[in-house]
Amino acid sequence: MRRSLLFLPGNTPNILINGNCLGADAVIFDLEDAVAPDQKDAARILVRNTMKYLNFRGCEVIVRINSLDTAYWQADLDTIVPQKPNWIMLPKTAQASDVQTVDAYLTALEEKLGMETGTVRMMPLIETALGIENAFCIASASKRVGALFLGAEDLTADLRCKRTKGSHEIEYARGRMVVAARAAGVDVYDTPFTDVNDPEGMAEDAAYAKAMGFTGKAAISPRHVETINAVFSPTAEEVNYAYEVLEAIAQAKAQGRGAISLRGKMIDAPIVTRAQQTIAMAEELGMGKGGQA
Amino acid sequence: MTEIVKRASAGTMESSDVYVEIEPAETGLTVELQSVVQKQFGASIEAVVQEVLQECGVEKARILIRDRGALDCVIRARVEAAVLRGKEG
Repeated sequence: MRRSLLFLPGNTPNILINGNCLGADAVIFDLEDAVAPDQKDAARILVRNTMKYLNFRGCEVIVRINSLDTAYWQADLDTIVPQKPNWIMLPKTAQASDVQTVDAYLTALEEKLGMETGTVRMMPLIETALGIENAFCIASASKRVGALFLGAEDLTADLRCKRTKGSHEIEYARGRMVVAARAAGVDVYDTPFTDVNDPEGMAEDAAYAKAMGFTGKAAISPRHVETINAVFSPTAEEVNYAYEVLEAIAQAKAQGRGAISLRGKMIDAPIVTRAQQTIAMAEELGMGKGGQA
Repeated sequence: MTEIVKRASAGTMESSDVYVEIEPAETGLTVELQSVVQKQFGASIEAVVQEVLQECGVEKARILIRDRGALDCVIRARVEAAVLRGKEG
């Protein structure tokens, strides 16, 4: 379960070493934008050692490598993959062939290291207009792809529009990403909210992303993690309703009834599916009936 | 053996980091250490530095360490990065 994905700058020890106790479901060690070009070598060694010597159990590790148009991405993978990160995030993924290039390189590395092929999964970061239009092809380009990630800052620069708090400028991109990811059967993560001093705006933005169908949301500050986790967790009311739905279905089945209603509404297949998803997530979070942890 | 051919550095003086400077030497390894936790962990830090230098195959160099309370994994990373930069042509 990944509700919150927290970016951590790859060359900053005092932040990296605390990454596993900031409450995020996943941390993203950033070797790209957060690291100056003349520090790329030192950052990848530091991230490798952080993964090698510190315990990140209970917190998935994602490493954002440098993009394919740089001279760094292969060295990033050579250094990081031996530590078995859960995910590699490929920035500026614009087409299926970008995924396939990294997939082939990962396969060769895994073979060389005696790792099972596909151990390291891929989370393409889509942040260009071309990437948005190719989102389904990107999500379907390799079995390694388990999620798409929307990056709105670079995207709005590419779209030649301002990034605003209202986020109207990325509505199409958000919708397209969710549909493409779900059609390909993978998860999808929303862009971070960049104002660390606006908790209400942050909560609204996360709630909107959840309502659109995103699996979770990235954070650039630990201060956003708790809100994201809360927004993307089922509420006690949702959990109770989900149990009621499944109980109603079980009763109807026992009584040989087909169509059933609950609280005056017909219970159909999509409602049952949603109830099952809610209960699965609640169980993962240790929430029982009544939504108590 | 890895030869250090030029002065190089890695790391910063930020909290939890360590600044490492390495330069060529005629003979042996000389480690000069300054740490905010020198009294408690000075010997341990120096042992970690020596271990990384050995792993990297460095037998001759002068190393300056300015530690700001870095964990071993950070010290290891910064020493390795300094060696990498110092051995480049």
